[in-house]
Amino acid sequence: MSVLVLADLHEGQLAGATAHVVAAAQAIGGDIDVLVAGEGVQAAADAAAKLDGVSKVRVADNAVYAHQLAEPMVALLVELAGDYTHVLASASTTGKNVLPRLAALKDVSQLSDVIAVESADTFKRPIYAGNAIATVKSDDALKVITVRSTGFDAVGTSGSATIEPVDVVVENSQSSFVKEELAKSDRPELGGAKVVISGGRGMGNGENFKLLDGIADKLGAAIGASRAAVDAGYVPNDMQVGQTGKIVAPDLYIAVGISGAIQHLAGMKDSKVIVAINKDDEAPIFQVADYGLVGDLFEILPELENRL
Amino acid sequence: MKVLIAVKRVIDYNVKIRVKADHSDVDLTNVKMAMNPFCEIAVEEAVRLKEKGIATEVVAVSVGPKAAQEQLRTALALGTDRAIHIETDERAESLAVAKLLAKVVDEEQPGLVILGKQAIDTDNNQTGQMLAALTGLPQGTFASEVAVDGDKVNVTREIDGGLQTIALTLPAIVTTDLRLNEPRYAKLPDIMKAKKKPLGVKTPADYGVELASKVSLLKVEAPAERKGGVKVASVDELIDKLKNEAKVL
Repeated sequence: MSVLVLADLHEGQLAGATAHVVAAAQAIGGDIDVLVAGEGVQAAADAAAKLDGVSKVRVADNAVYAHQLAEPMVALLVELAGDYTHVLASASTTGKNVLPRLAALKDVSQLSDVIAVESADTFKRPIYAGNAIATVKSDDALKVITVRSTGFDAVGTSGSATIEPVDVVVENSQSSFVKEELAKSDRPELGGAKVVISGGRGMGNGENFKLLDGIADKLGAAIGASRAAVDAGYVPNDMQVGQTGKIVAPDLYIAVGISGAIQHLAGMKDSKVIVAINKDDEAPIFQVADYGLVGDLFEILPELENRL
Repeated sequence: MKVLIAVKRVIDYNVKIRVKADHSDVDLTNVKMAMNPFCEIAVEEAVRLKEKGIATEVVAVSVGPKAAQEQLRTALALGTDRAIHIETDERAESLAVAKLLAKVVDEEQPGLVILGKQAIDTDNNQTGQMLAALTGLPQGTFASEVAVDGDKVNVTREIDGGLQTIALTLPAIVTTDLRLNEPRYAKLPDIMKAKKKPLGVKTPADYGVELASKVSLLKVEAPAERKGGVKVASVDELIDKLKNEAKVL
């Protein structure tokens, strides 16, 4: 068996999710190579070479792979996939964009959001917003899989894989990059944060989300939101935690003014410790919270910030 | 320009699902079904393109059991001109659906295909990307804005950490994210009119596509239940519990 892991990049650097995907590759077994494709990605390749368990890092550094657009990325992956039994990527917006396109070109199915590896061909994945867990077996010769990073602990960084350039250069005249607007924040990234504090519709408006800032600063937390808060226009969609947003599993998740719709629970119920702050003591969020505090969040939040 | 949209019949998003006692699948007997929410957004976007004079015809396709015609009628009531139902009672996975849609694209030659980014039953998020692969067309996934400009389309995509705008040559495949638009409701007169709009019925065999998949579903289980904990009376008690009991502070 041999596994190719597509490295996830964030602004040209190796994204934390990749170390979790390598852990899933280790559970499958066999040799593990990592493909780093992009423009100006030497630092990302160096970081990937340090991940435990990786034998070889293959680097495709070319302008055509900049911003990891699906068409050239898949044209490259199709060339390389023949060397492997499994191709894995994180279930990030890049992995989800690229891997199904690869699978279809190879005439194989794709497994999305795998949370557990039972064997080299059998996997567990959530369906129906995580309200059921399916065990699926793939008899395809090539298994193409996106991995939910919260399902696997990251591998360490004491490895020393060889780095080897890939000289496949593909053409792309179908798609071009126009612009990117990335949220600038000093806070940890939502998907990888140890502590997450999220606000819901109970926050009342976007301005009130500032009440979460001080607490997030003190806890080193990322700030998230429920879909209701996003739909109400309080905060941008990239803060959304839930079935259709980010899936998080931090050590501590604090839900503020969030009722706890199943779509939201799907995104956070694997957190180690859940705290819910809500004025409605019947809110479903309390059924999953380890610690519930019933009361007015506009009084509780400033007090919490002071006491931390 | 012709716009093709794909819609899927799924469990209504408000229904609490149950796993069958024999763990073979989720129990869908007598459960309320509806159009997949992301597909509603695809229908709305296509209809808006028609209202703007960019789309000349909107055609909806659905792969599924006979009852999927309800969802196609809904699409027709919302402003779709014509519908194609590819009828099957078999479980059709993303790759098979993409193969069927590729045949329809070949036949219909649309300038733009719009699909939901994922169905809320299997949560796969694959069909649009697979259709793009099989038709050799560029893809704009997780769209929050679609702007047709001559022989190109600019698609703004919801990506981790923000937004990315890409330009694609037409024809192209677009999949919808939540914020692309807010779907309208069908009005009663339009629902009546939709009954008279053309709806063609085909089978996978008509397109020469096999639905069999190499992925088998071995088991479906309910997720590990998370038990509710305790209510605390004050901020001080909360901090104390987090420090000394849960040890996460």
